[in-house]
Amino acid sequence: MSTPTKEAAEPASKIDMKESGGGGEVPSFEITLQVRRYDPEFSDEARWDEWKLTMYGTDRVLDALHKVKWNIDGSLTFRRSCAHGVCGSDAMRINGRNRLACKVLLKDLDTSKPIMVEPIKGLPVEKDLIVDMEPFFQSYREIMPFMVNNSPAPTAERLQSPEDRERFDDTTKCILCAACTSSCPVFWTDGQYFGPAAIVNAHRFIFDSRDDAGDMRLEVLNDKEGVWRCRTTFNCTDACPRGIEVTKAIQEVKRAVLSRSM
Amino acid sequence: MTTTDSVALPTQGIEAPRSKRIDPKYLRRSSSSSSSFEMAGWVFMRVSGAALVVLIFVHLFVNLMVGEGIHGVDFGFVAGKWANPVWQFWDLTMLWLAMLHGGNGMRTIINDYAEKDSTRVWLKSILTLSVAVIIVLGTLVIFTFEPCMVDNTGQLLDSAPAFCQNV
Repeated sequence: MSTPTKEAAEPASKIDMKESGGGGEVPSFEITLQVRRYDPEFSDEARWDEWKLTMYGTDRVLDALHKVKWNIDGSLTFRRSCAHGVCGSDAMRINGRNRLACKVLLKDLDTSKPIMVEPIKGLPVEKDLIVDMEPFFQSYREIMPFMVNNSPAPTAERLQSPEDRERFDDTTKCILCAACTSSCPVFWTDGQYFGPAAIVNAHRFIFDSRDDAGDMRLEVLNDKEGVWRCRTTFNCTDACPRGIEVTKAIQEVKRAVLSRSM
Repeated sequence: MTTTDSVALPTQGIEAPRSKRIDPKYLRRSSSSSSSFEMAGWVFMRVSGAALVVLIFVHLFVNLMVGEGIHGVDFGFVAGKWANPVWQFWDLTMLWLAMLHGGNGMRTIINDYAEKDSTRVWLKSILTLSVAVIIVLGTLVIFTFEPCMVDNTGQLLDSAPAFCQNV
């Protein structure tokens, strides 16, 4: 029943396939990758290591780090899990800006200069690009990042109007990568400030119509080291890989603290 | 069903790998979060800032644009202004708001940039002292200002403003 077509039959092996028109070859280019290394077992001093790599147009900074770790220097240490911008493991300072290594394409950077990768600032470095995230998560835990509802549980879901859901939609996107908190100059000074990420996650519950613990969270963030230390420098908004309007969320929490005490 | 004494139980399961291993530098020292001093400071900065814009620009306009303008500003001009309770109140408000606004701004900068507690205490002490000295001194000058100064013989000084002749 099949009508004869002009298309050639698929070859038995993919290796036999000729270069087909269309996409063409992915362009390759040379990059210089500089990574801030620190290994307390060998030296208390951090140092820069440099590698020259041939990378492709589809590669991200994470691929360059993988290339080094898998093929050149297995001791290079960094966190990554999903590698697709969802888990929030691989936040690092790339050319001086906090980014997820898995979301920055090398072709979008200036490859004529070395690409500089450092650990995120303000948290204790443990090895190479790995920092101790515990102070960050401590602040996160203090704002009680879970739903508190005092009314008896209904038999089905707790319903919410689309408008009420929209109210805190932006801050539900947080993946806890710490890019915002570790880009904040107030946090860099002494690490006492709760930090943008904790406030964003408090915002997510404070403005949730189903949550009953907003007052407690606002009380926590009315602390000396809470929302009032924000200087609206917008570093956090620039750093957020999920595009959350972090500074706006902090301002909304400030306003909520204020209207609560008036 | 059972009432287990949680104190007597050993730690359930395995603790989180990093529990209680937080660098003490990051432990928040702020004791009570009940005080709303920082919030009051934040509100004060906004309110006083808006008030200062009006106060300062009217001050500049009256001193530099009205009448003879900048050439009219001398001892007599200032004395004349301070003979009027409205300008006394105006300048007093401007002095207090400007000093407290600026002082609070400096305080936040010290909080943001001083890394050691001892540095912070020193800088804030110096700041508080200088703010207090300027506020007290300025307030004294505004209220105890004597425009019609006389010399030893009781004659008015040449620089005395014109209205002193009528007193």
